[in-house]
Amino acid sequence: MAVAQSDTVLLDVKGLVKHFPVRKGSFRRVKAAVKAVDGIDLFIREGETLGLVGESGCGKTTAGRSILRLVEPTKGEIVFRSRRMAGGTAGEARLVDVVKASRSELKALRRDMQIIFQDPYSSLNPRMTVGGIVGEPLLVHRIARGEERKKRVQDVLGAVGLKPEHMKRYPHEFSGGQRQRIGIARALVLDPQLVVCDEPVSALDVSIQAQVLNLLEDLQREFGLTYLFVAHNLSVVKHISSRVAVMYLGRIVELASTERLFADPKHPYTEALVSAVPVPDPDYSVDRIILQGDVPSPVSPPPGCHFHPRCRYAVDVCAKDAPLYRDLGNEHFVACHRADELHLQPIHDQTSGQPGGAAA
Amino acid sequence: MAFHTKKTRSDDETVKAPPSRSLTRDAMRRLMKNRGAVAGGIILLLLIFAAIFADFVAPYSATEGDILNNYAAPTAAHPFGCDFMGRDVLSRLLFGARISLAAGFVGAITAFAIGVTFGLISGFFGGKTDNFMMRIVDIMYGFPTLLLIILLMVFFKSSFSVSGVAGAGLRGVLSNLDRSMGGMFFIFLGIGLTSWLGMARLVRGMTLSVRNTEYVESARAIGTSRTRILFRHILPNVLGPAIVAQALQIPGFIQYEAFLSFIGLGVNPPTPSWGMMLSQGYLAMRSHFHLVLWPALAISITLFAFNFLGDGVRDAFDPRQTR
Repeated sequence: MAVAQSDTVLLDVKGLVKHFPVRKGSFRRVKAAVKAVDGIDLFIREGETLGLVGESGCGKTTAGRSILRLVEPTKGEIVFRSRRMAGGTAGEARLVDVVKASRSELKALRRDMQIIFQDPYSSLNPRMTVGGIVGEPLLVHRIARGEERKKRVQDVLGAVGLKPEHMKRYPHEFSGGQRQRIGIARALVLDPQLVVCDEPVSALDVSIQAQVLNLLEDLQREFGLTYLFVAHNLSVVKHISSRVAVMYLGRIVELASTERLFADPKHPYTEALVSAVPVPDPDYSVDRIILQGDVPSPVSPPPGCHFHPRCRYAVDVCAKDAPLYRDLGNEHFVACHRADELHLQPIHDQTSGQPGGAAA
Repeated sequence: MAFHTKKTRSDDETVKAPPSRSLTRDAMRRLMKNRGAVAGGIILLLLIFAAIFADFVAPYSATEGDILNNYAAPTAAHPFGCDFMGRDVLSRLLFGARISLAAGFVGAITAFAIGVTFGLISGFFGGKTDNFMMRIVDIMYGFPTLLLIILLMVFFKSSFSVSGVAGAGLRGVLSNLDRSMGGMFFIFLGIGLTSWLGMARLVRGMTLSVRNTEYVESARAIGTSRTRILFRHILPNVLGPAIVAQALQIPGFIQYEAFLSFIGLGVNPPTPSWGMMLSQGYLAMRSHFHLVLWPALAISITLFAFNFLGDGVRDAFDPRQTR
């Protein structure tokens, strides 16, 4: 098992639910709900990177944003271990439930939890200079002003590989990769503990992806960051994560250390995902598992195990009861009735961890 | 904090350093290449100059005539001729530019202020507020603007501008204000009250779309207050297109003023307005054509200039829209 840098749990998410109401008709009554996140449990240790993967629409982005309360969670508990919000006793961290945090508590939490967005083109205000964008957090939290603010902005720009003179430029003068660096600088200027990376490289050219991933790894070492890395690209996740959670239709179906997940997948969906990772060897042929059908609508997910209509190992019980999300030992969590009896196919050993592979 | 300065980590993304240029300067460059827009701009500058310095540029008084020059044809002394009271047409045209431009600009500013505020609030707060505010706009939209503005003007003129009403009270204040502006105040009010609807819809739509961008979300993630998000992130991104759209409406306001003055609901008689000159001139159009020709030409040229410049500005700010 990949032991993280620390045993301290930084973030503990329990039973997180986010339903978006669907309103219809002239009185806009709630007719149904999109169950984007339907009860997930996960924890992240200080200094590690937890990858969160799944297909488009499985709720991984909503999960990431709910954790920051950028969307209000419907239910659940998100316990965060804040260094800054220690109530009086210096050095002691304080456990805060993000879901119940008051306005002022939430604002204080914003310093500890930040986010990097997917699209570097829409995530920067076109009417603000780079200095204004990266310096805004310092201004909003009244941390630094004037010359000091300028210096802090220049420092963090340097840390992400940009130059001090870039401060006066506007976002449209930069390339996609550079813009993403600006977004990273904005997230880091507050010196956060946790950074939610919402598909930070999937909008970039393959050649730039590796640079940005390496930058993220360097920054993690340098500033002791913890990442929740949301992505749909398994190769990228495999490269950067110490542990990986696989989501399907609003639920986590499997969570394990990266090596275990790829070497010994316990959930049929993970097996299918893993088999889809391309292998850079023309002679290698793999039994690719092609899933039948589409992802069902999150408005009315199938009963029992959400995955059963597409699962080739499904038995009667799968359609009736939702499988328990349980620990198989060594922190290998899985939600499958047949996890103990199935012998699933692991990923081919030669698969490189290079980013740029096809999407899962 | 943990940051220390270190060598930049630029990898192989080459960082070129051309002089920084803002979006606005880019747009200016494109605008200067557009000949129609430049011509329109020059005409407008001349008009604005004439309007501001009418007192010095105009050869004669605009309101006092010489009874001997009734309906005088164009001569060297009066290059555009004289009207039915012997007033110099050129002088009246120059002073009339004041009225037209004022109606255009003040109308635009009023409509802009109301429309942007309304649309911004509606789009930003969303939900029930938005629904309620937009229904008001819908209802007002259903009413023909021209009819509404005529009704408003009739109402203002009949209930506020009655001679003899003066002194205390809102009624007296408004009445005096209007009279001191030669009947302009109610024109501004009428245009402002009827013309903000389109702007409100436009700004509300843009606010809704900007509100959902990732940069606004990131501002929330930072902990930025709602007020700051509204004024620092949403407003600047809404303002540019809104100003351009408003500029395109200015010729419409000039037309409203000319029209209202033509039918007698606009400025008060001695005030020289192009619309009023037309309405006084057309009575003698058969024998003294110049009385209609000059004000009509002035109106057309002004509208042309505004339209060309407005289109040019719009294209300059949004190059993708150009054909």
